[in-house]
Amino acid sequence: MAQSTAAPAPITKVAVAPLPLKSIAPWAVFFGVLMLVLLYFVGAEQGATSVLSGEGVHEWVHDARHLLGFPCH
Amino acid sequence: MNSAVVRTLLVRGMLAGLGAAVPALAFAYLVGEGPVDAAIAFESANSHEHGEELVSRTMQSTAGLATGVLVFGVAVGGIAALAFCFALGRIGRFSARATAALTALAAFLLVYLVPMLKYPANPPAVGNPDTIGKRTALFFLMIVLTVLLGIAAVLIGRRLAPQWGNWNASIAAGLAFAAAVTVAMVFLPSGDNTPSGFPANDLWEFRLAAIGMQVVLWAGFGLLFGYLAERVLEPRTPRNQVPAPVA
Repeated sequence: MAQSTAAPAPITKVAVAPLPLKSIAPWAVFFGVLMLVLLYFVGAEQGATSVLSGEGVHEWVHDARHLLGFPCH
Repeated sequence: MNSAVVRTLLVRGMLAGLGAAVPALAFAYLVGEGPVDAAIAFESANSHEHGEELVSRTMQSTAGLATGVLVFGVAVGGIAALAFCFALGRIGRFSARATAALTALAAFLLVYLVPMLKYPANPPAVGNPDTIGKRTALFFLMIVLTVLLGIAAVLIGRRLAPQWGNWNASIAAGLAFAAAVTVAMVFLPSGDNTPSGFPANDLWEFRLAAIGMQVVLWAGFGLLFGYLAERVLEPRTPRNQVPAPVA
């Protein structure tokens, strides 16, 4: 870099370099799915579909489910 | 190297989601629980057969509410952080902070506010248990549809921007999005489930509280994650601060 140190630092708006898709993909796949599973248990488990039997999960997150806008019952 | 950046951003996104969920939880507890209780009172008064209580109302409105809202915050924070990683440097010349704010705004609009206009949040007693399957499917369909239309609008805007300029291209993309969403809303089945006699005021207050809670969550996430992401991606001192000379 042949930049003069005496000159005032130029206020250039440099575009942020994108992160390569290859480095995002593994995180997006594994954690994306994990996050969706979490959302499923907060938002839909023991409503339209049930993985666990009973009503415990549904009843426990009942108020959050209503207020977050998920169809509850 | 880049993979480590993505991991750090993901962790910070989940933390920012958790952090933003705390004020959202306070809002939900202080503003949202009143209308929920009013709805439950209506439900009990209208002879809704309720078996034995598995979880007490006190637990539902405190620990249960907290569990749901905090887990929701972590999960959407993680997903939003991944979306941010993808959007960074790809949606225009925005800094890390601006990209975080735009990601949060887009998430709020596309995942919550626009789908909510068709299938709004319902308090207890509003919604027939027999139709829960259909309503759940339509709810998620509306979200997926809105997100896809939003992405399409961004792509259209980016495509038109070189010829039309950013301003006109953004307006055209916004209009195309609004038109497509309107058509979808007109043709999808109605989400109306309100039993006759349910107090309109309670319904309005409940929905207002539900919207307010998401506003708090996403505004908090955008600000918090923007700060955290900037420190990862632009670790140098801000331009307006001259670094102190090293002695």
